[in-house]
Amino acid sequence: MLSYLAKRLVFGAVVLLGTSLLTFLIAFVVPADPAVAMAGAKADPQTLAVIRRQLGLDLPVYRQYLNYLDRALHGDLGRSYIRRQDVARLIVRRFPATVALAVCAMTVALVLGVAMGVAAALRHDRAADRMLLGASLLLISTPVFWLGTLLLIAGGLYLRSFPLGGFDGARSLVLPALTLGLGMAGYYARLLQANLVEVLAQDYVRAAWAKGLSGARVLLRHALPNAALPLLTVAGLDLAGLLSGVVLTETVFDWPGIGRLAYEAVFNLDIPLIMGTVLFSALLVVVANLAVDLVYVWLDPRIRPAAGV
Amino acid sequence: MTTERIGSMKIIGAAMVASLAIVALLAPWLAPHDPTAAVAATFGDPGRPSLAFPLGTDALGRDVLSRIIWGARISLSVGVAAMSLTLAVGGLIGLAAGFFGGMVDFVLMRFTDMMLTLPALLLAMALISVLRPGLLTILLVIGLVSWTQVARVVRAETLSVSQREFVVAARALGAGSARVAMRHVLPGVMPVIVVMAALGTSGTLLLDAGLSFLGLGVPPPTPSWGRMIEEATAYLRTAPWLATFPGLAIFYAVLGFNLLGYGFLAARR
Repeated sequence: MLSYLAKRLVFGAVVLLGTSLLTFLIAFVVPADPAVAMAGAKADPQTLAVIRRQLGLDLPVYRQYLNYLDRALHGDLGRSYIRRQDVARLIVRRFPATVALAVCAMTVALVLGVAMGVAAALRHDRAADRMLLGASLLLISTPVFWLGTLLLIAGGLYLRSFPLGGFDGARSLVLPALTLGLGMAGYYARLLQANLVEVLAQDYVRAAWAKGLSGARVLLRHALPNAALPLLTVAGLDLAGLLSGVVLTETVFDWPGIGRLAYEAVFNLDIPLIMGTVLFSALLVVVANLAVDLVYVWLDPRIRPAAGV
Repeated sequence: MTTERIGSMKIIGAAMVASLAIVALLAPWLAPHDPTAAVAATFGDPGRPSLAFPLGTDALGRDVLSRIIWGARISLSVGVAAMSLTLAVGGLIGLAAGFFGGMVDFVLMRFTDMMLTLPALLLAMALISVLRPGLLTILLVIGLVSWTQVARVVRAETLSVSQREFVVAARALGAGSARVAMRHVLPGVMPVIVVMAALGTSGTLLLDAGLSFLGLGVPPPTPSWGRMIEEATAYLRTAPWLATFPGLAIFYAVLGFNLLGYGFLAARR
């Protein structure tokens, strides 16, 4: 178990290192001069030279990268050129709104997705199955920013039950969470349906039926835990994606989360902020990967020997 | 799944995609008005749907129906071209990793894993803003950020096809690596590539529409579905139809390719 964990940790670190190098290279090829971005277009050459020295831009590329890495490891992601604030602090300040939205959206996706998936699998090859799978396909095919806009028209402008944007209490969470959750629910329903149909045909499930167990018990105790494993992987990674900010949905609902922050960073060519948000999201994905792997080993004893535990 | 249902999924999907392709090809003849010209008298307000303008006009007095019809050209060509790039890059990497195995596989797949941890939309946004928006940039960027899934699926399929008897036999007969890979393994992997092509196009269509919505798509005045929705957000209260129709077009296109892809996928099971 420990050697497995160590292997995954090393791999996670390598991935993060690679990501940081990649984002650094992208930032480096940007034609815009950070010193000009900070001082303004009218700054005189001397001021620019001073700023370049302060930012370490006069050093060779590899030194700049190593410096960046060293600071990042100490939690210092640099200062935003435009907002002139600490990047790490900016991200932390936006995190609560993003977490609230991510948790609510994932709840919508899992509750609806599992309900649809289970109902479809239990009615396999019948009208209800087809209708549910058809509905899931419609959900998957809906562009998220269009769905958000439609919900905004219906819930915000016509019913007037929900605010038109911003993060202000539970009511403001409803529309954005539905916007994000519905599409994911479509994926989860299809994934769970396919796995559950397979599992329900297995011998041990038939044995459970033959023992005279109730339908609910067979489903909850025997079939669902196995069928839900692949869903767990996908949902874990999706959650990491949600936590690193959702640009489109946050744009529609004017949500003060990390997605909007990243969007502004890109538009202003605010390099430290772009690198910070990309690195932050990579970190979340690596952690989620690790967590999913561990939960998997814990839930499914069959993969323990293969994992070299 | 029953066979007739799989068949109907594919047929409906194919019909939807074909209808879009026809609209895109015949746009100059089908569109009732010039998509970029102000054809309605306007005072800065969108016009309601009417007989002359079935889907209304936007704030600049341009005909929405004509813009949606011309938008099919851009969306479909960006979607298909970006998907081809995605398939070429992902397919080659997946084929190489699965076919050669060992060190090649390890390095390629770790690189793929790394790319997977990068947020695709964010990366696309950053690259486009650096490289300047334009048709070619968008194609390249969408292709660059979305090949990872293709690579993984093609690798897995290559691994299983490589172990089949006809491939082993070809090797035993002394065929070279390149020949075995291209003549024997690739055709075996083809069905999976067809599925990925259909599902991949719905993915690239959505990504392109999302980028357009964020103002990073094909620059104006070229009509683009995503940008039309973005432009309509200022008029949600007074002209809700303005945001509704272009979204329906994206939804129709994505649904068509999804039906096609899932239809092929179900037929393989």
